[in-house]
Amino acid sequence: MSKKILVVGGGLAGTIVANGLCRHLGKELRSKTVQITMLGTSERHLYQPALLFVPFGLAGEDDLFRNQRKLLNRHITYHVDPAKHIDAKNKKVTTKQGKVLYYDYLILATGSRIMPQSIPGMAEGGHWFYDLDGARKMRSALQEFTGGKIIINVNAPHKCPVAPLEITFMLYDYLEKRGLLDKSEITYTYPIGRLHALEPVADWCKPEMDKKGIKYETFFNAETVDPEKKTITSMEGSTLEYDMLITIPPHAGMDVVDKSNLGRGGWATTDPKSLQHSKHDTIFVIGDTTDIPISKAGSTAHFETEVVIANITSLIQEGCWSRYYDGKVFCFLETGMDEGTYVWFDYETPPNPGPSSQMIHWLKLTYNRLYWLSARGLL
Amino acid sequence: MSEPRRIDARGSYCPGPLMEMIAAIKIADVGEELEILSGDRGSAEDIPAWIAKVGHEHIKTQKIDDYWSIVVKKIK
Repeated sequence: MSKKILVVGGGLAGTIVANGLCRHLGKELRSKTVQITMLGTSERHLYQPALLFVPFGLAGEDDLFRNQRKLLNRHITYHVDPAKHIDAKNKKVTTKQGKVLYYDYLILATGSRIMPQSIPGMAEGGHWFYDLDGARKMRSALQEFTGGKIIINVNAPHKCPVAPLEITFMLYDYLEKRGLLDKSEITYTYPIGRLHALEPVADWCKPEMDKKGIKYETFFNAETVDPEKKTITSMEGSTLEYDMLITIPPHAGMDVVDKSNLGRGGWATTDPKSLQHSKHDTIFVIGDTTDIPISKAGSTAHFETEVVIANITSLIQEGCWSRYYDGKVFCFLETGMDEGTYVWFDYETPPNPGPSSQMIHWLKLTYNRLYWLSARGLL
Repeated sequence: MSEPRRIDARGSYCPGPLMEMIAAIKIADVGEELEILSGDRGSAEDIPAWIAKVGHEHIKTQKIDDYWSIVVKKIK
């Protein structure tokens, strides 16, 4: 009898894991002893990290999208029909359109979404770049911007934890190039008592902001936005005025996780090393969907896929476990329009960002193109 | 009384224990207790300070071996 692998989610994590499994299970797929099915939400695959460049007119359709079916290995059956309910006890998934699919291994990769609507006034008063519509509106707003107070407001939880800093430093360069720096003031707000969750990154960016005259406020968690008065107020009781509000809205996972009793807030309870669901060992959780207390980032998802690919392959071919996830995360960090650095860490190794350079900036831009090889399971 | 929901943020460099706790308290029910485990001494001060600032309740902080357990309650 064939083994059924069901990948729930067609984003970065789901796509890399499905294609990677095809590369390792070619013989089994050809002999039909293994079947791989994916449930996704779109015919198009969006490369989310490129959204950072959209507000500055530096990324277009070709940088952002590929046809999902063409990205996927021909052995994968793809349905644009997201999961509505996961019955872990009976290893059964019901889709939105009513299909019922059984699995031997389920890979949960439903991802995360922004929730500006969870803060009163934020959706009406704020701009963001974490989805395409928002990034394009932000681009228009920046093009019309002639000077004033810009607030960059970061909320918890959020994915891609270096992106708020990147947008801040890129915005500074953008305003400088447009000759608007003298007429503008940038204020960066952060939820905890320093400027970034990673202490070495916070230590690095504070003098950088001081040097550039970028203001900041810590312990600032947005509670309300008043789009008419153009103010944002924090849970901590601080109110700031703005002419343009750029926000990194709080994120949530997908409802199917809660509705299937697999987690809360859309985050599935996950063993940090095996990446199995805490209560169901035939469910693997990857990418933003996990509740592991590490960065929700593309690289996290990528490193997790390698572990899940190895373990499912080993379980099918040899009936045994292969290896554990070590918590590795790697992030490029744009420090302006022309320079960048990077930071990596794992469960045991603390982060230690190096000096910025133009070469790392170019490497990041190169990876944005190489990503399409990663998605295909080739890199 | 049910056990508080546990967030094991030991060894979390990013987003770290306080950010994990802020995210968790946003989706907690009013009256629910959360226990945050942190290997970082700073959390034992930062978390109760933030909880007091935003009007939730700090129940207790306990050092256990090489980590801290901080229990808080969502009030509003």
